[in-house]
Order: sequence, then C-alpha cells, then structure tokens
Amino acid sequence: MERRGSEFADTTAQLRVLNNHRDRITALPKFASKLKESGLWPLRPTSIDILQMNVGYMCNQTCKHCHVDAGPDRTEIMTRETMNQCLDVIRGGGISTVDLTGGAPEMNPDFRWFVEQASPHVDRIIVRCNLTIINANPKYNDLPQFFARHKINVVSSLPYYNKRNTDRQRGDGVFDSSIKALLALNEVGYGKEGSGLELDLVYNPVGAFLPAPQKSLEADYKRELKRLFNVEFNSLFTITNMPIARYLEYLIASGNYEAYMEKLVNSYNPAAAAAVMCRNTLSVGWDGVLYDCDFNQMLELEVGGAAPSHIRDFDRAALTERAIIVNQHCYGCTAGAGSSCGGEVA
Amino acid sequence: MKTYYNPDDLAKFGDISEFQEPLAKKFFSYYGDVFAEGALSQREKSLIALAVAHAIQCPYCIDAYTTDSLEKGSNEEQMMEAVHVAAAIRGGASLVHAVQMMNKANEISM
Repeated sequence: MERRGSEFADTTAQLRVLNNHRDRITALPKFASKLKESGLWPLRPTSIDILQMNVGYMCNQTCKHCHVDAGPDRTEIMTRETMNQCLDVIRGGGISTVDLTGGAPEMNPDFRWFVEQASPHVDRIIVRCNLTIINANPKYNDLPQFFARHKINVVSSLPYYNKRNTDRQRGDGVFDSSIKALLALNEVGYGKEGSGLELDLVYNPVGAFLPAPQKSLEADYKRELKRLFNVEFNSLFTITNMPIARYLEYLIASGNYEAYMEKLVNSYNPAAAAAVMCRNTLSVGWDGVLYDCDFNQMLELEVGGAAPSHIRDFDRAALTERAIIVNQHCYGCTAGAGSSCGGEVA
Repeated sequence: MKTYYNPDDLAKFGDISEFQEPLAKKFFSYYGDVFAEGALSQREKSLIALAVAHAIQCPYCIDAYTTDSLEKGSNEEQMMEAVHVAAAIRGGASLVHAVQMMNKANEISM
C-alpha cells in the first residue's frame, strides 16, 4: 500500500475511517460498548496457549484482501535472535501450540531451523502455508516432506473450490498451483485418514459478504475437490474478512464499506465474543513486539496496560491479566458464528 | 432520482408491523421457519428463493437472496443456473399456452 501511495499505508488512517468515516458509521455502536452489554468488558485472556508468530511480511502472492498487505516487496522479516527469544518462552512451558504465519512463513531463511528447534517443546506447530510457495521455487519443492517429518498442521487458504473465485482474490494461476500443491501434500499423507498429518483449508468470502456456515461448506468443498481433482483434506475453517488494510481499501473503493460494517455490527454474537481467539493467543510481530492478535499487529495496536510489549520481556502473569485492546474492526471476529484463525467459534 | 423502489426500504421490511402487528409477527415467524435447515438445506432454499425472486421480479428479493446465496456458499454459476430454472418455467408457462392457441385455431379453421 505504501508503494502505491495509499492513504491506508498509515494505520492511523485506517483507524480513523473505522471510527469516524461518515455520520452513518459514527452512529454504529462502539465495539467496547457491545462488550460491556455482554458482560465482557474489559476483555481479558483466559490463558496464553497459542503463540502466533508472524515471521515476516514477504510473500510470493499479493492477495487482494490481505490484512498483512504482504507481497514480494515487503522486507520485514523475523531474525534468528527474535526467534530465539520466542524459543525461550516456548521452552518455559505453557505454550501448547506455535502458529507460524506471514507473509509466506517459509520464505524466512530461518523457518526450517526454527521448526526443528520448537517442535520437541510443543504439542502442535501450525504453518499457514499459502500452497503456491511449494511450487514457487525448487528450494521449496520438498516442503511437504519437511512438514510431514515434523508433523506440522498445515493450514492453507483456498477461498473457493473453483478457479474463478480463487484467482479473483489471490491472483491468476493461484488455483491451479494450489491444487498441484494440495496433491503433493496428499502424496506424503496429508489429509489422509489415519496418517496423523492434518491439512486444513480456509475459506474466506471473495467479496463484501459474510462466510457460509462452516459445516455445510466443508461438505461442499470435500465433495467437489475430491470429485474434480481427487484432493483430500481434514477440516474447513470459515473466516470473516476483517475491515482493515487491502480489504478496507476494497470495501471503500467498491462502495460496500457502510453496508459491510452495518452487517458486522448487526450480526454481533455475544457467544462469539466470549470465544474470540485473542483470549488464548498471543501474537508476536516480526520484530518481537507483542499484540493481542495478528489484526491488531497490522493496525500497530500493541498489547496494553502493564503487560510487556516485547517477547524478550515475556511475563505470563502480567500478560494474562492484561486488558485486550479492541476497536471497531473486532466486529469481524464476533459476527454470526464468529471468526478466528481456526474458523467459527460459536 | 426518485423511484418506486428504494434499496434502503429493504432494511425497513420489519416496519410493516407498525400498521398491523399480529399478522406481521405471524408472517415473520413463519418466514424464519421456512428458511431454517430442514429436509432442504439453507443453501438450497436460498437458491430457490433467488429463482423465485427473478420469476416475480422483486428487486428487494433479488438483492437479498443474491447476498444470501453467496453467504450460504453458492457460487455464481449455481446462482445463474437457478435463474435459468425460473426463466425456463416462465418461458415454458407461456409456450404451453400455445397448445390452447393451437386448439382454438384448429377449432375455427377449415
């Protein structure tokens, strides 16, 4: 966005729009007031089980909706020093899951080293793999074998089970390359019953509407991907698009912003609010700065209160007592059945 | 531009209860039950509604069930096929009356 001269390269401009864009939006209730009505204010963690690390914004794709604004031109990347600080926290216990995201996390030169160091100390490592990275360069072709060796839970975006909708959001050729990568993952056992190798797909709407119910859409995906391509996977997660970054730009440019925000607000679900992912997840930025979630990270909303703001100063007690920072974009996680990196929450 | 149809009116559908509450309550309760998951899935019901919306040419319903069909996981190809079903039935309904025309023509012709 910065390269294009977009006003939203400045995160304060995004927050200004979310809070004051037009009179109609200003009239929408503040997310904090909704939490108060639900008895959830201030929103506090229930635990810190999941350490979600954004290891860099560099990506081989430039998806139209990307909340990270990731792409080949992004240079922010987590160093081995910061990874070691994360490993100190992981070795300290209490973290069951490490969730690696980006950008394309595999493009970090220390990605494989980190996975090897972390895997003995946690129950599960998730890699948010965009699939096409596996085919992007010969040095990534063996990623399926590497993932299998470390029993990585591969979670991959595939916004629809056809080429038209997938390529419209993620770029020309992405669907065909994704299918090729899924078949390579199936080949080493991913998505196959009894293999213990979990491959989950992520659906998010290709436009200004809410996601379909997870269970029924998962059945459609399984039937069609098997029928058309002989692809298998374990679970489908449906995720709501957050009104930030490139997706916010799209909403405004297409004239859908007001209606989308109204829909999110009108679909507020207190049960989803009680189960939001920021209550058991801590997000680490590429530079080690701590956030309540990856979306807050992209809005530069650091953890608040007396909690330490950097992974090197990790303090479980202080972080567990912190009040989670919320803003108007949080309606994206509480609409309908809710939304998280693991799909529906309510 | 003033028109008979105002897109903002769709969101005010519930306001019909202001003039007659008991009947509106019954209608909306029935409406909700009709679209609940049943022997047909919500996605299938939404596609039927989309097709009917085109048959009765209701712009409110077309807007509402285009969005709803997408939010139930349908794709554009499926939605267009649903509209073709409506078009086929509408077209067929006209054409099948041609039999009556033929009957009458035969009746009065030598």
